[in-house]
Order: sequence, then C-alpha cells, then structure tokens
Amino acid sequence: MFKMAKKDIPNMLTLLGESMDVYAPVKKGKLTNFEDFTEGAELDIDTLKTVKSPKDFFLPQVENLFSATSQGKEINIEAKALRDKPFVIFGVRSCDVRAMEILDSVYLSEPVDKFYEARRENGIILSLACNEPGQTCFCTTFNIDPAHPNADGAMWVINDNIYIEARTEKGENLVKLISKFLQEGSKNEIVQSQTAIREKLNKLPYSDLSLDGLEGNQLLDLFDTPQWEELHKTCLACGICTFICPTCQCYDIKDYDTGGEVVRYRCWDSCMYSDFTLMAHGNIRNSQKERFRQRFMHKLVYHPDNNKGEISCVGCGRCVNKCPSSLNIVKVIKSLAVKCNV
Amino acid sequence: MIQKQMQERAKQMLSLGEVTCVLGWKKGDFSTNPQPAVFESEKDLEDLVYDKYCAANLSKYLVELTKKEGKVLVFLKPCDTYSFNQLLKENLIKKERSYIIGIGCEGNMQVDDDMQEIGLLEKCQTCTKTAHMVFDELIGEELTVRQGDDPFEGVLNLEQMSSDERYGFWREELSKCIRCNACRNVCPACNCRKCVFDNNKYDTAQKVNASSFEEQMFHIIRAYHVAGRCTDCGECSRVCPQLIDLHLLNRKFIKDINEFYGEFQAGADTDTPSPLTDFNIDTDPEPGSVHKRG
Repeated sequence: MFKMAKKDIPNMLTLLGESMDVYAPVKKGKLTNFEDFTEGAELDIDTLKTVKSPKDFFLPQVENLFSATSQGKEINIEAKALRDKPFVIFGVRSCDVRAMEILDSVYLSEPVDKFYEARRENGIILSLACNEPGQTCFCTTFNIDPAHPNADGAMWVINDNIYIEARTEKGENLVKLISKFLQEGSKNEIVQSQTAIREKLNKLPYSDLSLDGLEGNQLLDLFDTPQWEELHKTCLACGICTFICPTCQCYDIKDYDTGGEVVRYRCWDSCMYSDFTLMAHGNIRNSQKERFRQRFMHKLVYHPDNNKGEISCVGCGRCVNKCPSSLNIVKVIKSLAVKCNV
Repeated sequence: MIQKQMQERAKQMLSLGEVTCVLGWKKGDFSTNPQPAVFESEKDLEDLVYDKYCAANLSKYLVELTKKEGKVLVFLKPCDTYSFNQLLKENLIKKERSYIIGIGCEGNMQVDDDMQEIGLLEKCQTCTKTAHMVFDELIGEELTVRQGDDPFEGVLNLEQMSSDERYGFWREELSKCIRCNACRNVCPACNCRKCVFDNNKYDTAQKVNASSFEEQMFHIIRAYHVAGRCTDCGECSRVCPQLIDLHLLNRKFIKDINEFYGEFQAGADTDTPSPLTDFNIDTDPEPGSVHKRG
C-alpha cells in the first residue's frame, strides 16, 4: 500500500503519459467522461459516474476490422493492426471494473476476439473506491464492493491523499513508474473510509434490491411472462440504455465502400433497434416488446445461463438516470422477482 | 389537488367505458422520476402521479397507441398540445381515438444523477406555451402565466459569432454525440415509418459516427427534416445523455422561418399551412437570399 498527495495526480499522470496513453475522467463543461488526459485537461475524480462507461477503450463504438482493395482479378485484404501500445485508465469505479470482467467472459472465450484481447493485454486499470455512492447505485445486489475495488490497482481518496494498492503484475510495474510520487501507506489508514462507504451503501434506496426469484432454470417462465407487455409499453426504442450500459456488448458489422476500397467495420448495436437480428429471411423480433424482452433476458437469464450464473448487470444505475421514459433494469428485476415468488 | 382530480376523472371514464386506457405518468422508484405509463384499470390508476417532474411529452406515445382499437384518455400539458396538433396535422394520430384532458403546468424540473432537483428544465425556462391549443376538457386551476426567458437568446448568441466560431461551436457540441437516437425517438416530429438513418436498403443506414462529418450530418439532416414542424417542445435537449443543446439547431430554423415567412408556430392549430410547404413566389424570399445573408 502506497500513498501520494492528491494534488500531485495531474503531474503523476503526465509522467505516465511519457510511456503510455493515459485516460482519466475529464470534465468538459457540465460533462465528465473518460478521455485522453492531455495537458490542460480538467481531471474530475469527484464525479461518481461518467455518462459513458470506460468500455469504449476495449470495445470502441466503431472500429475498422479490415480493408479490401481490388486490382484486376486480385483482391487484397489487409487486416487492421491490433493495439500494441500500453495504456492506463485511471479512476474506474468498481461497477465498471466488474463490467470488464463480464465483457471478458464473452470476448475472451473461444473464439477469442483478437481486437479486444489486444486491448485487454495492453490496458491497465486503476480503480477508485466510491466515497459517496449515488442514490441510484445498486452494485451491492451483484456482490460488488465499492469500498474494495478490484483491477490492476485500487485507489482510495482520503482527505488530501490518494492511497494506491497494486493488485497484479501490471499494477506493480505501473507503481514503479510513479515511485517518485509515492510514500509507504498502511492498510489500516483506509479501514475507516471503507467502513464509512459500507455504511452509506446500506442506506441507499436500492440497497434491498434482491435477485430472489431470478435464480435457477426459469427461462421459459420468464420468457413467457405477461409482464413484458406492461414493462415495455412506453419504451421509445432508442438505444440510450444500451450505449451508456457498461455491459452491453452487441455489435453490428458493416462494409463501407469508399470508392477505392471497401472497409469492413464494426460498431455498437442495440437490441432496441429495428434491424437488430435482421437476417436474409427477415427478423425474428418484430415488435418492441420482443426487443425490450431480449435486452433484459440477455442480462438476467441468457448470459448467466452460459456463464456460471454471472448476471450481466453491475448496478451502476446509469439507465435509471438516463432513460427518457424512466424505464430501467431495476423495474424489470422487481417485476420479474415478484412474478417468480408467486 | 390536481392529481386526485385526474385520478377520479380517469377512473370514471374507464369505468363508464368511455375510454379503453389512460396515458399519464406513474409513480417511479424516486419521487423525481415518474414514468410515462398506460393505465388499463381503476386499480392501476392509484399509481398515477402528476407533479413538476412529469416532463415527458406524452403526445409521441399516441402515435402507437391510437393505432389500436379503442380510445385513449391522455393528459396533456400546454406545450404537449402543440405536438398533438402537429401529429394530427400529419395524420399520425387519430383524434377520434383520443380524449384530451388539458392539465396546468408550472414548469418541470431537471434532476441530476442523484435524482436531486437542480432547477427548471431549459424548455421550461424559456416557455412561451401557456395555453392548451387543443383539448376536450380542462382540469385544474387557471395557469399563472410565468414569464419565461427569451427562447431565442441562445440563437442570437450563435448568430453573433463569426462563421468559424460557429462552426467550431457545433463541431465541439456534436462531436459529443454517441448516436443513441434518444433525441430522434423522443421527438414528436421524428415520426418517419423508417428513418433514413435506419434504412439498410439504400445504403443510408448509419448506426455510428464514423467521422466528424457524419456526426454533423445526422443532427443537421434531422433539424432540416423537422424544420417547420418542430413545435420547440424541448424533449431533444431534455433526453440527450451528453447534454448537447440540440434545441438550438431547431430554434435557429424557427427564428429564420419567423423572419422570412412571418411568425409561425407549429402545432398552434391544424389548418395553417406550414411556410415551408406553402411557397409563394411573389412574397416569399428565395432560398438564395438566405445564402446571401450568411
């Protein structure tokens, strides 16, 4: 366990910038998101939730996969280069760290996604404990502890200091790079802060949100429940929930004809959209009810069924804040859990 | 209290079979986060709420709801009635399948990530729509007309910029866009059966901003398409997760239409032809004059 003065963070990040790309929560106007930390950027580690999760750094909203050009009868295909430069993401919250583990179980299982894998190998995540958990947070429902975040290194802000604990080899190597800013700290110094965080968590509005009733093999019961009719009714079919969600992971693959070459790229897709799962024969989901159901069945049933019970929601609460119609996964969990307890 | 009156009247109409469902707002998990909802029973209506957090414009939901048999009782705030009229004018909702109860409004609140109120929504700060343009009946006291700020002040500030500054401003704003389509889908004027940006048939589908040109194209095309039909309901800016002041684009069009073709308010009625579809060669300026103005 090390500690350093909070005021030295920008200088420390600038030093890291000499050997890797540095991404951190940066405030621009009223908005805080993970961005390149470059000179003059306003670091903001007080804002609890960035609008977008840091999943972009591993699964960018758009990326080119390969380009194809033709000369006569010959077609040349050139794969886009994989990420080979290290980078660090500074200040990721516990929920978003867990989200990366969930994405790993999809993208790093066979067949491994090489683009994703290269970014994961080159990426170092420094997580940050949540001193002030928000009213819409419910990470504890998924056994996430924001007082003891995971990742390559964990950090706690306590008064004018920031405590740093390396958890992996990558984390230890990173700590060596910034050793001139660090002094020894003790685990005892963060205990009080951790206790305070856990007390706050117990008082949050969603602290008693339970997954009882969602366990076990209830796929067909849940799929057929009439509650979807009620739950989806005012869904406007935009993709806001999927794009701000740290675990939403679906993408579309398209070709872009530039005239001289064809570029195949992939981009985030949303199961809320009408052409999601559109195939040559047509679409298997033709109503918004079916699309809405897909999103929550995926998170609460299909993903856990395929991944040792791991539910693909982390309780960050972004959808609670942002849905234009005030729909969200909490409402779905509450409704389905009731259904199954009957 | 107006909420109680709304519940009673809705229950009465449902029980008499005068309407088949009720479109209003339902209690959310947080008092500041009510949800647009369709009520189908008197029991459900116990959860109907109406307060300063009920910002969502319910007119858009009628496009789907009035496709079905039956009649929808809908509660509309003054500003929402403009959207209703505009949708009626575009034959997208059926008047005979809706029953409008106009309700008063003293402005809606913006809430932060912690669900705490942080002041009036922009659309309410600059509100000019204090009377219901269409209704079957009204509930609640007469409105105290709240003098809003000038809705065109933001546009004036933009007009005073040099074209380079203005270009820079929009590049910066629109580059924040994550193409979640919330602005489009919440917009009552965005009601194409198949949006050009969703259309895979003609190579115009676009799910992502692949370049800085594209991110502008989506919003600018959208602004052009709703020009003359946008009632300035402000929903686009309310729902933008990246806090882009999208309403400024639409208000620029509204201001220009007012200046070139005479004062026009979309949704004020269902009869006045839209200035952009009613060109008069003798009195209306040619598009070229707009270009010359810069």
